[in-house]
Amino acid sequence: MENLSFILAPLFSSKLLIVLFLGTLFGLVLGVLPGLGPTTGGALILPFTMTLDPISAIVLLTAIYCAGTYGGAITAILINTPGTPAAAATCLDGYPLAQKGEAGRALGMATVSSVVGGLISVLVLIFFAPLLAQLAYEFGQPEYFALAIFGLTMLASIGEGSPIKNLIAGAFGILISTVGKDFMTSIDRFTFGINELTEGIGFIPVVVGLFAISEMLTQSTLLNQVFNRVALKAVKLPTKDDYKKTWKTILRSSGIGSFIGVLPAEGGTVASLIGYSEAKRWSKKPEDFGKGSIEGIAGAEAANNAATGGAMVPTLALGIPGSATTAVILTGLIIHGVRPGPDLFREQPEFLYGIFGSMLIANILFFILGFFGAKLFARITLVPNKLLWPMIFAISVCGTYSLSQSLTDVWIMLLFGVIGFFMRRYGFSVVPVIIGLILGELVEGTLRQSLVIFEGNWLMFFQRPIVLIFFILSLIALGFPLIKKKKI
Amino acid sequence: MSNVRNKKRAGSSLPFFFKDSTIVSFIIILISSILLYITFTFDIVPPILNRGIQPATFPKALLLLIISLTLIIFFLSIKKSWKEEKKLPTEFYITLGCFLLFLFVSKFLDFFLGISLLSAIVSYFWGERRLIFILFVSILFPIIVFIFFETILGLRFPSGIITDLYYS
Repeated sequence: MENLSFILAPLFSSKLLIVLFLGTLFGLVLGVLPGLGPTTGGALILPFTMTLDPISAIVLLTAIYCAGTYGGAITAILINTPGTPAAAATCLDGYPLAQKGEAGRALGMATVSSVVGGLISVLVLIFFAPLLAQLAYEFGQPEYFALAIFGLTMLASIGEGSPIKNLIAGAFGILISTVGKDFMTSIDRFTFGINELTEGIGFIPVVVGLFAISEMLTQSTLLNQVFNRVALKAVKLPTKDDYKKTWKTILRSSGIGSFIGVLPAEGGTVASLIGYSEAKRWSKKPEDFGKGSIEGIAGAEAANNAATGGAMVPTLALGIPGSATTAVILTGLIIHGVRPGPDLFREQPEFLYGIFGSMLIANILFFILGFFGAKLFARITLVPNKLLWPMIFAISVCGTYSLSQSLTDVWIMLLFGVIGFFMRRYGFSVVPVIIGLILGELVEGTLRQSLVIFEGNWLMFFQRPIVLIFFILSLIALGFPLIKKKKI
Repeated sequence: MSNVRNKKRAGSSLPFFFKDSTIVSFIIILISSILLYITFTFDIVPPILNRGIQPATFPKALLLLIISLTLIIFFLSIKKSWKEEKKLPTEFYITLGCFLLFLFVSKFLDFFLGISLLSAIVSYFWGERRLIFILFVSILFPIIVFIFFETILGLRFPSGIITDLYYS
């Protein structure tokens, strides 16, 4: 009962409601802009959250996450360009349906299935996150080390790119986390005599560089791209017949999305692809898929939005990011001095349940805003890149500088922007770098503390059952993508 | 050399040392090897203070892992080569050059002058020819950002020829 009051608390706080409204609005704008989306947008907004209290900051980021994931569908349907990678599967049927003059119906179905997927996933989050956290009470340093290793090996199976390249990127992220004074011995590592580096490399310059600046460089190579826009009169609610055809698909995809979201390092992109292919497999008319099937839109959209709540489960319960955007949210939590995990559930339940409640409200808000404002949001895509990206650059440099008022942070941001561009160009995802950076300290810290406990005996790791389970799961996570690839 | 470039553009098979996979693998291994060498210069903690492992051990292990994995992707690329990327357009190099210009101007002249110059040049070379819009992104928008950060967030920007005029 007390937890329910915490969940409903944002409804009674005008400040949080304003933050939620702004976050949802901002998320929708970011979602419709190809190349931005909730991850880059969250990264851009991170420095600004420093001026907010922790709960408002996280509420803002989660609202951006929920609304941004949905917003990607608007451009996917109207200009055949997914605003976010998670909306890629929505293009397959959304755009063909829009070309048939049914853009409003396509958007209506995308909105309804996104909301249902999102709401179901928040219920999954409310139910499973405390359970998982309860389980994590049993964890000591060696278990946390094994868990972090499991989280990292999941990088191999991240949707895009080669598993080995993802592992290299993850190891690079962990390496970045070793820069600065060693936390146990205070010995300088990779500081190259630069004073500013003794405190280590901050999360925000890396996150903004890898997402926003590298995207700016990517956009500079895509200037000749032409979008064919489909006219939109108004968003229409799905008809009774549409609901009849899709309700099973929506529920199935919501379950798939929530489950995939819970897996560390997976996210909306994988969820939507699986949700879409399962919708096709179970459909009575699979031949309509790719030609404007309403079930295809429902399958993809319910799954990618359901992944939002699912991805928050490991993020909040264990401190292991469930997706790229939750890695940014986790960064937001850490810079506000909040380390997610079981202790957070015990010590600050009002904080966590406030986040759950905010996600519920964000889903309802983006339904209203999306339904009535989709036409307006679609016009945002008319802002040309030649004006948009210089403005994003200005916000990025000022935001990064504002953290510690240091130009070194800005140089680091630009450097990681260039690194991120070349990584993406040659098939290395930048998401594992962020996850590696977040988990790096946890991996090294728990490894060294475990070795102190074990008096240097590495074999002691294998005498702990939970550690063994995680090591076996890690081996499976490493081997699975390779087996899958061989089969294909 | 120009023949090689032409071949690359035509997408025909290249000698292995000109392939993207070789160049990328070489760069990763080179940088990792340099960093690995640097880890040998880290101070060593006396056994009495050393809790668990030496501070250099973890980065060393990571770098060896990166080098090993890179060797694997390199050998895999011999069997199945990577998709050859298209040549980067001029606008990319201009944008990259603008970053360097921004670094120089913001360090030695003025932070906001750097932002304005970058915005104007990028906007122009990305295809904007309307002066009013170029002025908007290069002057008006940075001013809005400055006011927002300065007054609402209470941030003090680094001194420079334009910023000092405001602060004085």
